[in-house]
Amino acid sequence: MTAAHMHADSPAIQTIDVRRVYKSRSGFTFGGQKAGKSVTALDGVSLTIQKGELFGLLGRNGAGKTTLIKILTTLLAPTSGEAYVDGLDVNKYVIPIRKKIAMVSGGEQSGYGILTVREQLWMFAQFYGVPSQAAHKKIDQLLEAVGLGDQANQKVYALSTGMRQRMNLCRALVSDPEILFLDEPTVGLDVEASRIVRNYVRSWMQEQRGRTVLLTTHYMFEADELCDRVAIINHGQIVAQGETDDLKKGLQEHARFQFELAEWAPAFEEELKQSRGVVSAQSMHQKGKVSVQIALENEEYITSAMQTISSAGGHVLTLRRIEPTLEEVFMRLVGTADDEKSAGEDEEK
Amino acid sequence: MEPAQQQNLKTSQWRESLRLGWRTLIGRAYPRIVSAAREPDWVFYEVALPVLQVIAFGFVYKSLGRPQYTGFVVLGGAMLAFWTNVLWSMAGQLHWERQTGNLELYLMAPSSMLWILAGMAFGGMVATLFRSIVILLIGSLIFGVTYQIVSAPLLILIFILTMVALYGLGSMLSSLYLMYNREVWAIQEVMQDPISLITGFYFPVRALGGIIGGLASVIPLTLGLDGMRQMLFPQLGQSFLPPGIEIAILGVLALLFLVGASWSLTYIEKLAKIEGRLSLKWQ
Repeated sequence: MTAAHMHADSPAIQTIDVRRVYKSRSGFTFGGQKAGKSVTALDGVSLTIQKGELFGLLGRNGAGKTTLIKILTTLLAPTSGEAYVDGLDVNKYVIPIRKKIAMVSGGEQSGYGILTVREQLWMFAQFYGVPSQAAHKKIDQLLEAVGLGDQANQKVYALSTGMRQRMNLCRALVSDPEILFLDEPTVGLDVEASRIVRNYVRSWMQEQRGRTVLLTTHYMFEADELCDRVAIINHGQIVAQGETDDLKKGLQEHARFQFELAEWAPAFEEELKQSRGVVSAQSMHQKGKVSVQIALENEEYITSAMQTISSAGGHVLTLRRIEPTLEEVFMRLVGTADDEKSAGEDEEK
Repeated sequence: MEPAQQQNLKTSQWRESLRLGWRTLIGRAYPRIVSAAREPDWVFYEVALPVLQVIAFGFVYKSLGRPQYTGFVVLGGAMLAFWTNVLWSMAGQLHWERQTGNLELYLMAPSSMLWILAGMAFGGMVATLFRSIVILLIGSLIFGVTYQIVSAPLLILIFILTMVALYGLGSMLSSLYLMYNREVWAIQEVMQDPISLITGFYFPVRALGGIIGGLASVIPLTLGLDGMRQMLFPQLGQSFLPPGIEIAILGVLALLFLVGASWSLTYIEKLAKIEGRLSLKWQ
């Protein structure tokens, strides 16, 4: 089977039980290394990302996110397991994969400060064989799209952090990749710059079907806003993956609601707690208003809970359902994984 | 697929690969060439300081009653610019490129790293050639050096072979330097002055004797300088080896270093991918 045949209907990215172990060096001798401590960065990672997906990989520092990206971008070899990009084995089809991918990292200082923005982008376009005329046309389009049109002839060293990162995004897209790896692309950026980057990533994907993005981020709201699906990685292992809504629903044991009352009577809370299907009820007094949070066995019990309040003389001003955030999902899963790990370690001791 | 079609496909892929390589070379050479024009302080560091050194050695020869040797010094000073460029902007370059994150992007591109190195070499050569010519002109004017060209084609051939071999050596060292990390500064410092001494930048290498001169010939500048001096100052003698032999050795060195660069780059990239040294800046 040739490389050309292999990627016809393949997922954009697939990893099967990928492990990566780093051996730290305690000393160096030419042509070899002294034995040192081993660190397992990835421990059996299996993921499938379909073409056209914007997939988020969430994890703490050192969880293994960047290591996985390095493997998929052919910069690092997996210790064991299999990794494919567009159906191509990262160990065997290095050049065909490199033609299809690009990467932007957070805080990236690549390129040369002495060049202008336009020259810098042109230089990287040359490494992908883009003819000069086509490269300049593409550069103009990209710079306009990310709001850097008037900075094209500015020297790179004079750019702010936000402008530089927007230029880095253009650098990655100038070769028109099929799969884009974004490794914490908005880290250290201000709100406006982050928003421009996020908006452009989304619109870039919509421009052409089949474009794929693998995004790693610390910012849960960013993943929530951008990603179709996410995976949470902790200590080199995927602890959860799926659509963000499914992950949130999976976390929610009870349906939670919040409502505001015009007036408060102490009897309300007791009445609510005795109402059918109510697991808990808690009132808060803020700025002259009364806010009540209730947890229900099932969302259908909200009607009877509201009737209970009305019967007791309460007047409901607003009502909304409380959805768990991705951050809560992350903290619950990563916290749980860490708790289990430390419990296991305690048992071993 | 028919054999003829297969042949056409191969030819087309080969052409595409060559086109990509050429664009990479030009792309990577570009910052080196434009930076020479955009950083005026290079005039002081890379022309004024070497000229001062040339003047110092020139006056030493003059005071010793050997003014005819000032031409040796001026040519040596001009060629020293290439050695400095190879050491700091070729051999150590991939190490610095890794620190800035460029190395990852170079490796991720579909073009071969050899074309990136070729671009670095070409850009460095062009920029340094200009500096070298300025040093040569100023030195020649100050000491009134006269050149008696024996054979222009041979002179050009020796210069080109020296450059190819020298930048081939730089390319080979650059990939080997990826094995080292913070030690690079120390290695560079160690290589700079001793090499400047034994390659005979400011005196005929013949003065060092056959053994040291032979060992120094591993650095292409040794024989390159000696050959160029024979082509420009025939009246002084002092040649280390006949020009024909020097050309042959330079040709072999050029080939060896280019093959060595290709091999070491492939080997180091493979090793670095296994050990994770391409991206871990802290190692």
